[in-house]
Amino acid sequence: MPRNASRCFWISCWSDFSTATDSPRSWVTVPPSNAIVGANIPIATGMALGYKLRSTDSVAVSFFGDGASNIGAFHEGLNLAAVANAPVVFVCENNLYGASTHISKATLLDDIAARAHSYGMPGVIVDGMDVEAVHQAAAKAVARARSGSGPTLLEAKTYRYSGHSRGDPCGYRDEEEVALWHKRDPVLRCRGLLADEYGVTAATLDQIEQECQSQVEDAVAFAQAEPDPEIHTCCENVFKA
Amino acid sequence: MTQSMGMAEALRSAMRTAMQQDETVFLLGEDIGIAGGFGGGFTVTLGLADEFGHDRVMDTPIAETAIVGASVGAAMAGMRPVAEMQYGDFVFCAMDQVVNQAAKMRYMSNGQFSVPMVLRLPVGSTRRGAQHAQCSDAYFMHTPGLKVACPSTPYDTKGLLLAAIRDDDPVVFLEHKLLYGTGGRRQESTSVDVLSEVPEEDYEVPLGTVQVRREGQDITILANMLMLHRALAAAEELAAAGVSAEIIDMRCLAPLDLNPLVESVEKTNHVLIVEEDNITGGWGAEVAARLGEQAFYHLDAPIARLAAPDIPVPCAAALERVCVPQVEDIIREAQRVTPE
Repeated sequence: MPRNASRCFWISCWSDFSTATDSPRSWVTVPPSNAIVGANIPIATGMALGYKLRSTDSVAVSFFGDGASNIGAFHEGLNLAAVANAPVVFVCENNLYGASTHISKATLLDDIAARAHSYGMPGVIVDGMDVEAVHQAAAKAVARARSGSGPTLLEAKTYRYSGHSRGDPCGYRDEEEVALWHKRDPVLRCRGLLADEYGVTAATLDQIEQECQSQVEDAVAFAQAEPDPEIHTCCENVFKA
Repeated sequence: MTQSMGMAEALRSAMRTAMQQDETVFLLGEDIGIAGGFGGGFTVTLGLADEFGHDRVMDTPIAETAIVGASVGAAMAGMRPVAEMQYGDFVFCAMDQVVNQAAKMRYMSNGQFSVPMVLRLPVGSTRRGAQHAQCSDAYFMHTPGLKVACPSTPYDTKGLLLAAIRDDDPVVFLEHKLLYGTGGRRQESTSVDVLSEVPEEDYEVPLGTVQVRREGQDITILANMLMLHRALAAAEELAAAGVSAEIIDMRCLAPLDLNPLVESVEKTNHVLIVEEDNITGGWGAEVAARLGEQAFYHLDAPIARLAAPDIPVPCAAALERVCVPQVEDIIREAQRVTPE
């Protein structure tokens, strides 16, 4: 985890999607997280168009939830990406809830991926609780974009364990549903896969989990120990100069 | 070498110059490059697709959120997009991308991302109804992180657009429809044919500046776009009536250079602001407040504002006439403010 407080939103991820040998941080550019649901979607289309116009082989990947698939920016962003053949992958993490609203109250569709057909792009459904399946589907979509064949809408079926926010007691869903999804936990399943098919020992797996936990704890501690920004910085970066 | 140009031609010249020099500059908008088409709503981009191709003069669906959003993204990815709304009024379909995204991306990323884009808006009333008539300058002046340019002459238009394209921050570029001129091959019945000697080569007019267009002693008149030309016409008649008006062209509203305005008020002691949009919360309100703070003791009369009343712009010509300030309104107000 990069030890820079201003980059605490960075995520280290997907080492297989690039054959580059330089550091992971240069493979992945992560804009600030967007509080406006769906606004990142046309921005991703634009980034992809920028990469294409500059003749790079970079691909833009846009992440959003099931709730975002109902907002105008989703529809405009996907349609433009399709008609302009932009190298972008749209990833919908369908965790069945937009804040407290169950997906069935927000759309008549069971599958967000069905919307891909409206824009003329492939819509792919993947088990979002299966690390290998997601890896394969994502690799395929990224390769498709990178090869100049255009965007994909990839829908990962998953679940939101916790509430919408820390103070959310989740009175709108029942314990049974939560328990059912916990049984399909991706980390546990991945552990099983690594042990059974790749012979990785429990000790090694425990160590990996511990290291991840430490990295997160260290990053949190680092961020919390950072002093408040100096007052004068509130006026910086409104404009370049 | 200069050439006599109208505003539409000056815009085209600026875009051509920028695109010839910098591969990262590209245009996007509705109907801007279609072969055999009309070069955008006001013919401004006519011919540019032939010269630069349809990847760099990109026709989009009717999707303002996507047009502006894609511009934000492309700019973040190293391009310099120049996006067009077919009518400025349509920017409201995309306001999240302008205000929450373009304007804030640099700040929210602590300077790691910049959005060097230009958003061109054809603005102003042309008797096409309330949703085809707004100037909207106030919304963008009010938004931190946006620069706002609103030229009134073809010379300023080319220079400001080149400066805007090269600026590393988002610029909202307002173009008054009645100032495009016959060079745009589309004439409005009430358009003003403004021509300038425009250099064929590269030059810039700096953003964040205003320009004294006419010197005077008795009253400072601040105006932009079409109103600037009406103020100049009024100044002629005022001079004949013994009122010497100093006219300042408010060609950039953000950043706002107040110093020339204060200097002028120190000389004339009277201010009349002339703006086309609705009076409440218009750019004139902000300028009046600042001049009230910084030049209060030089004023011999309250700062006056002439603007549209707080109504949607009427479509009927007879009603539009009483909504948008006319030359005779400017003359009347200037004389009221400077009774001698």
